[in-house]
Amino acid sequence: MLTSLLESLDVEELLTATYETFYMTIIALIGTFVFGTLLGLLLYLTDKGGIWQNKVINLIVASFVNVFRAIPFIILILLLFPFTDFLMGTIRGPNGALPALIIGAAPFYGRLVEIALKEVDKGVVEAAQSMGAKTRTIIFRVLLPESMPALMSGLTVTAIALIGYTAMAGAIGAGGLGSYAYYSGFQRRDFELVFICSVVIVIIVFLFQFLGDYISSKLDKR
Amino acid sequence: MISIQALKKVFTSSDNTITAVDDLTLDINDGEIFGVIGYSGAGKSTFVRLLNRLEEPSSGRIIIDDEDITGLNTQQLRMARQEIGMIFQHFNLLWSRTVKENIAFPLEIAGISKAKREERVQELIDLVGLSGRENAYPSQLSGGQKQRVGIARALANNPKVLLCDEATSALDPETTNSILDLLVDINKKLGLTIILITHEMHVIRKICNRVAVMENGKIVEQGDVLEVFLRPKQSVTKKFVEQVMGTDEEDEGVSYLVSTYEKGKIVRLHFVGETTNQALISQLAKQFSIELNILQGKITQTQRGPYGTLFVQIDGEKKEMEKAIDYITNETSVEVEVVRNAD
Repeated sequence: MLTSLLESLDVEELLTATYETFYMTIIALIGTFVFGTLLGLLLYLTDKGGIWQNKVINLIVASFVNVFRAIPFIILILLLFPFTDFLMGTIRGPNGALPALIIGAAPFYGRLVEIALKEVDKGVVEAAQSMGAKTRTIIFRVLLPESMPALMSGLTVTAIALIGYTAMAGAIGAGGLGSYAYYSGFQRRDFELVFICSVVIVIIVFLFQFLGDYISSKLDKR
Repeated sequence: MISIQALKKVFTSSDNTITAVDDLTLDINDGEIFGVIGYSGAGKSTFVRLLNRLEEPSSGRIIIDDEDITGLNTQQLRMARQEIGMIFQHFNLLWSRTVKENIAFPLEIAGISKAKREERVQELIDLVGLSGRENAYPSQLSGGQKQRVGIARALANNPKVLLCDEATSALDPETTNSILDLLVDINKKLGLTIILITHEMHVIRKICNRVAVMENGKIVEQGDVLEVFLRPKQSVTKKFVEQVMGTDEEDEGVSYLVSTYEKGKIVRLHFVGETTNQALISQLAKQFSIELNILQGKITQTQRGPYGTLFVQIDGEKKEMEKAIDYITNETSVEVEVVRNAD
């Protein structure tokens, strides 16, 4: 069985697919981190009792987050085709998947950021205020550093969800392991290739999980 | 000087309103340690948070060194807050920063250069006695050490005032004492005004010059700590005094003493905090040919000297005993009351 597995395997194609999956996951993760943190901060700061308490903005941001979390990812990609075309100049390949990946994952991560920020001791924020700290200082020197382990483990969860999303995007032409498994494996009845792709994806997931856990525990000085 | 005028804070929720601080007027002198005591819910914590506007006052004014804190805009308030240090019951340190970095935080906020920050941090670490723990994280420190970091952090920008919100309530008695000693030390060294909120009378007794007793958002009694100890007027104050002095079981105690010690006079000596009379008993024994027997009593130390009561049996020639009592009455500030005369 192993020989037949290796016979049918084009290593170069597998490597390209793996690279594309990594590429999409990492770029989308960076985008998700930036936008998700922004959304999470907005949710936290405009919430009742927050520094920028504002019902209207909170409602708008919360609605945006809820709407984009509600749309199934496969439909979100289709829905975003015109936007993607306008932004990236293409709807195909790894780059064509990025807008949908980020817009799909950022609201999810935003909620995780909000939860992480809520865990920060109110007393510490108050202490910073009593020292005369600006809101900017409170955000960048208190809220974000103090919630960093939770932000990291949230990012790990999000990264793994993103790997799943890239596979889905692959099925409609984004490239990567999902694409490879679907077009070269499933459609050609080569289930061994589907299996190999699955194994590689599982390894990637484990890698992200291990790395995320490690960074998170290194950051945690509690 | 800190002047608080008709300060009021009303919390409103959908179904009721609570007046946490009610029309409070108070003057606090420069360089004194001023205590505010009350049970939980008395409004003392809200009061101290109003002073640096962590809570916005509903009405009234707060003036610190001729600066109207209540009239400042956001930017001015930030600058003013840098001159008002604050320490907290639960320390509120940043766990993600080391001791050094925690103390440096207010200096970063004030925009002090890195070199100067490090110099100042080292000074502060020495001041609060944390040398050797500079690079520890808060989770590696004991409660007392955490509060020392809190104090160093609060002092970093050379504030004029230090606000202490139940600063020792989460600490064990021994650690509480060492933190209180540190506060007195800082008060003397730096001439810093300290406003201290607590529900523990022994904290007031140990370090405060003046005290205000709060109940239901109002100050029901205030004055010199010794005066309040000596002549508590309100029942809540009496209860607080009992925390330190024990409950008043004197009647029973006295009749027991009178029936047990049959010879001579029994007198009650009331020490009211003048340090000059500390050797009273030995003076009496030297100057008069009388026998002195201490029967019962409790003396406690305040910032202004000892305070408390002693029951003493005096025996000897009648004339000598009278002379001794006259001496106490006329030459010292100790109040004397003859509980039983010699037969």
